Formats: sequence, structure tokens, C-alpha cells
Amino acid sequence: MNVVPGTVVEDPPVAEDPPAPRERTRRVITEVPSRADRRFNQITMGAGISVLVLLTLVGLFLMIQSSDALGETGIWTFLTRTEWRTDVTPARIGVLGLLAGTVLVAVVAVVIAVPLSVFSALAITEYSTAKRRKWLVGVVDLLAAVPSLLFGLWGFLYLSDKIVPISLWLTQNFGWFPLFKTSEDASLTGSIFIAGIVVALMVLPIITSVVREVFSQTPPGEKEAALALGGTRWGMIKTVVLPFGKGGIVGGSMLGLGRALGETIAVALLLPQVPQKIGESIHILQNGGATVSGFIANRAGADEFTTSGLLAAGLVLFIITLGTNMIASVVVSKSRSGAGVDI
Amino acid sequence: MPDVDVDVDVDSEVEQDLEENLTEDDRNEAEKVFAKKVEIIGGPPAGPATLEAKDACAWFGDRLVLEGVDLIMPKGKVTALIGPSGCGKSTFLRLLNRMHELIPGAALDGEILLDGDDIYAAGTRAQQVRMRIGMVFQKPNPFPAMTIRENVLAALKLARLKCDDKDTLVEQSLLRAGLWKEVRDRLDSPGGALSGGQQQRLCIARSLAVHPNVLLMDEPCSALDPTSTRRVEETIDELRGEVTVVIVTHNMQQAQRVSDLCAFFLAAENQPGMVVEQGPTDVMFSTPTDPRTLDYVQGRFG
Repeated sequence: MNVVPGTVVEDPPVAEDPPAPRERTRRVITEVPSRADRRFNQITMGAGISVLVLLTLVGLFLMIQSSDALGETGIWTFLTRTEWRTDVTPARIGVLGLLAGTVLVAVVAVVIAVPLSVFSALAITEYSTAKRRKWLVGVVDLLAAVPSLLFGLWGFLYLSDKIVPISLWLTQNFGWFPLFKTSEDASLTGSIFIAGIVVALMVLPIITSVVREVFSQTPPGEKEAALALGGTRWGMIKTVVLPFGKGGIVGGSMLGLGRALGETIAVALLLPQVPQKIGESIHILQNGGATVSGFIANRAGADEFTTSGLLAAGLVLFIITLGTNMIASVVVSKSRSGAGVDI
Repeated sequence: MPDVDVDVDVDSEVEQDLEENLTEDDRNEAEKVFAKKVEIIGGPPAGPATLEAKDACAWFGDRLVLEGVDLIMPKGKVTALIGPSGCGKSTFLRLLNRMHELIPGAALDGEILLDGDDIYAAGTRAQQVRMRIGMVFQKPNPFPAMTIRENVLAALKLARLKCDDKDTLVEQSLLRAGLWKEVRDRLDSPGGALSGGQQQRLCIARSLAVHPNVLLMDEPCSALDPTSTRRVEETIDELRGEVTVVIVTHNMQQAQRVSDLCAFFLAAENQPGMVVEQGPTDVMFSTPTDPRTLDYVQGRFG
């Protein structure tokens, strides 16, 4: 109610037309920022925009450079063809076989990394004393500091042989599951499964840190409520922490997926970089497979047409990882727990 | 700012007036509901229990915050813990259901006896104790993603108890907490969507669902508006005899209205808190022996 002080407000007479609405002027409030504020605003906006410009430039570069190969092959053919042959004329190149390998490696990595990350995040936030928490956080972060080349070398020189028995066991016991089937006397090294395990170790720190951040924001009141009702710590985690952190787990996993999709060195070392043939069944446990980034790394420096084709494959990867990361950030920000988390 | 939804509370006030006029049917209905026996397998033994603190002391790290508390909280009675902030009331309350130990570095001395058995005895699990001694917190803390019904039944899931008639248990618990009428048509809507006062009553219902022997309340009304406060006090009154209630409150009128017994906690500067005086509430508020008690209950403190 806008009543000028001092005026008498009379009750409106009954059964009369309502009074016409008063004329009002809208005063638009404008704030005049100080010079310092304006300057600061410009700097921050500039920094923000430069990121967008950079992203656009990368995209444009990829588009221009790949136009040769894409023009000759046709976008649709390029996207749906699994072969990559530059020894025939005209060259028959397509990205689908590479994409299939990329997605498979990334999925294997995320499937392995997510449970590990969630449990390590829980160990850090729920089961540790303050001292041990610090230590564990440091160790996980240290894992992120290991150059990916070292991971790749380690996976190639050491881990590969150690995984073979596991692969063998999996295919012997779960061979009925199509992905775990292997053909007779196929080598079990250099498989998508092994590459996935190595990539899992690389994405583990990022997923753990997002999930840990989200878990640590669980409202303490709800945790206390669950414990006060006679819940065990694990019961409390199940009823309060995990539901609260759901968005963070999904978002963190997708962020990890984005990283895993682009992982290069490890897969370039580990996989034979033979594009997966679609239509043939996919065997993740045996030697074979290629990923976009690994393939590009292996073939870089070839003739002009091949380079253009490789960049076209890079463009596809660029769009996919960009999309994955965007979806990840939307999922996290929409969830109850993710409001305050930046990923 | 406590997020109290004013609109809802005006509504509930209107509803309460209605309730006072035409509750005959509701009363009969409620009586019928309470006549049904709901068995909780693995739950606490039936009836209220006596809680006794013997020379209870509490530390946070090296800091002694509570010293030498001897207090009997008799079965079925309402005991109020009063005293200025920082005198160890809440710490004492959290000693009573082993919530104290959740804070890193927390320690204690003395005994807390529940019907004669030390709740800190070796081999006694905290979960077992907390199931028998429920707790309502200062800030309403329903599980926001769960429905109202799931909230009430949360303890069954958490403590892994079985119940033969969940619907009746939900209705009984919500009736006892004075929330049934307001939510009976929307048991499947989320608990977080209720007003502050309703959320707190939901928390009370949730604590009562396992039929605890004791209910601890840590300033349960400090975030509530007067109408909701009255509702909670009515609930406490109805629980008298069925459950032993221990309530921490800063509201002297509330302590006077709801409690049978009263304990006055006080901490001198840089000294641990202790009980200065305890006794029947009417005596504590009219003719206490310690002058500090009189000063405090009459609001002349500090």
C-alpha cells in the first residue's frame, strides 16, 4: 500500500465502481558505476570473452583445415564410414571406426573410475580424521599431477602384462557377454580394456575431486538426523550423502568422460590404432582398436589430405567433448548439491 | 532468518480453530488409529525409560566444557535444561544419546544410565542407543528429497527395523506430532516443501516412529513462529507419560509451560559448565535456593 503519510484513507463506498487506477510514473533506477568498477568490469569481461574467442578460433581453424577432406569425402560419408585408407585413390576415410574406439575406451574408463572415485571421496569426506583427510586429498591430487605420458608408458611397459590374466579370466567366465568375447588365439595385450584401465587412473582425480566437493557440502543437519535416528554411518551415507551428491556424481562422471574421450598419449601407446570395423563384433578384451586422438597422434605429419582428414576427425572429437562437458555442467548446476560447485 | 512461511501458518491457525470446533470425529478417528497396535520388530522396548547422568563430564579436545553433572530425568516426565548460551546444555544433551562422540576430539567421563544400563558401556553400540533415545534438533532437518511418508519411516530403513503396518505407523506418528490433519492428503509430496513449523513437527514424527523411550529436544522451537511453537508444546504435553522428554530451551515461559523438572546450567568465565540447581519446575521458578537461579529465571541475568 502506498499511502502518503497524513492522508486519510476512507473506506470505499459500497456498490460503486472501483476507483480508476492511479497514474504512476515508473522511475528507472540507473546505477552509475565508479571508474574503478568500470575498469574492473572491462578487464573481467575481456578475460571471459577471450576464452570464448579462443574456443571459436580453434573451432574455425579445425573447420577450415578439414574442409578439404570433408568436401571430397562428404560430411555424412565421413561420419558413417569406418575405414581409413589413404593408399587407394580416391582415399576412403571415415571417422566412425575411430569414434567407436574412443567411446569404448572412455566408457570402460568411466565405468572403472566412477565407483573408485565415489568410494575414495567417501573415504575422504566421511571416514577420515582431519589429518588423514588432508593426506588423502594430497595423494589423489598428486595422481592428477602425473604426466599422462608416464601413465601411458607405465601402462604399456608394466600394467599391460599384469592385466592379461584378468582379461583371460573375464573372457573365460563372461565370454557370453558380447563385449567380452575374444576370437581364438587373439593377443590380449593392446586392448581397449587395458587402455580403459589406464585412462581410468587418469580421470580418477578429477572425478574424485568433483564428487568430494559435492559430498562435503552435504548439510550437516541431515547427516546428524540420520545418525540420531539410529543409522549406521553407511546407512547415513545411503540416505543422505549419496542422494544429495547424485548430481555431482553424474556431472563428475561426465566431466571424466569428456577427459577420457580426449586422452591421447596413453591410448596412442597402448592401442594398435586400427579403426574398429562396425558390423564386426567389438571385442574389448583383445588386441585392436583405435581412438580419434590416438590415431591423430600416430599419423600426424602425413600428407596434406591425410592431415586434413585427421583434423576433420579432431573436429568431430572437439564437438563431442564440448557437448559432453556442457551437459555435465548443466547436470551439476541443476542438482541440489551442485549449485555451489564449479566444474 | 528462520524460513517460516507466514501464509501457511495463518492457514494452520484457521485450521486449528476449526479443529477445536469439530474435532469430535477426528478424535474418534484418532482413538481408533491409536487402538491399533503397530509392532516394530527389533525396535526399542516399550514405554518410557529413566535417564540418569552420574558425574558426567565432557571435553572438546583439551577443553573441559561440562563438569560433574548429576541429573535424573525420570521416566515419562519432561525435564527442561535451562541456562545461558555456552554453558554446556546442548553438549550435555548430546552426551545423552551419544551424538557427542561424532565431534572429532570429543571425550567424556562419568556415566549415562538408561534404565540403569550405561549407554557408554563397552559393547553397547551407539546405533542401539540412538534408536532408543530420539533427538529433535534446533533447525528442522527433514530429508528434503524424501516424501513426508518416507521421512516418517526413515528410521525403519536406517536402523533396519521391520514393521507390520507402515500406514498405521505413519498415521500414528503424524497424529502424535500434531501434523496429520495438515499433511494427510499429501503424504507423497516432499518433506522439504513444508513450512518451517511443519518441518519441525515432521522431524518429531520421524523421531517418534520407532517408539523411542526418550526424546531429546535441542531448542526445538527457536526457529519457529508462535503458532508452531504452541503446536510443538502441545505435542510435548501429549507425550508426557508415554516418552521421557528432555528439552533444552532458552525460553523461560516455555520451560515453565512444558516441564515437570528443571535443571539450571551455568558456566563461569573460562570454566566448564555445571548444574547449579535442579528441582521441580514450579519450585525452580518461584523459590529456588540459589540466587543465581532466581536471577536467571526472572530475566535479571548478565
